[in-house]
Amino acid sequence: MKTNFVMLHTVTRIVSFIILSFSVYLFFAGHNAPGGGFIGGLMMAGALVLLYVSFDMDRIKKVLPIDYTQMIGLGLIIAILTGLNSLVFGDPFLTQYFDYFQWPFMGEVELTTALPFDLGIFLVVVGVALLSILTIAEDVS
Amino acid sequence: MVMIAAYTTLVLLALAILACVIRLFLGPSAADRVVALDTIGINLIGFIGLMMLIQETILYAEALLIIAILAFISTVSFAKFLEGGNVIGNRNTD
Repeated sequence: MKTNFVMLHTVTRIVSFIILSFSVYLFFAGHNAPGGGFIGGLMMAGALVLLYVSFDMDRIKKVLPIDYTQMIGLGLIIAILTGLNSLVFGDPFLTQYFDYFQWPFMGEVELTTALPFDLGIFLVVVGVALLSILTIAEDVS
Repeated sequence: MVMIAAYTTLVLLALAILACVIRLFLGPSAADRVVALDTIGINLIGFIGLMMLIQETILYAEALLIIAILAFISTVSFAKFLEGGNVIGNRNTD
């Protein structure tokens, strides 16, 4: 019997965008509130896994042609370069700097150098989670 | 008055989770156990919402959303596993 997944596809097209926006919210809410790069990365991995489960592997690979091993390397490079940034000013490794800036519409916003470090963590977590899951899924025996 | 209703609902939700746990252990088929797990997740969402109401905080909202999302993804994955056997399939084999 040929099964179809009309309800699952329709729900996934809406819910995946909600989860992706929630992961971006968690990424920017971090460092002073619950959130951060790790949890945001896990949520984005959850949304992408939901896409992979709902649709086929081939279709999502055509839509999102991302090499997750390169994503892990890019995240590690971003995190290490952000840590090495503080050595230029004579401070220890991974020292973070922060300051408050006035923006046109958002008012006073705190910008830290922990944000690019969190971006590196985000890319590493998404890459590791999806690479391990997809490696298990591709193992056709 | 709101507090009395909230505590009463907490007790009732705990009883509902207990009934789901009994179904989780007894369940004759695997589909019953999956439905019991999904219902435990939904009851936990209500539980955490009531705890936010009682403690008058908003800090648990992220945990509530994460439990909802993970319950949905796990239920979909279990359903595809029980239905076909391959969770992430190719276009040719489906």
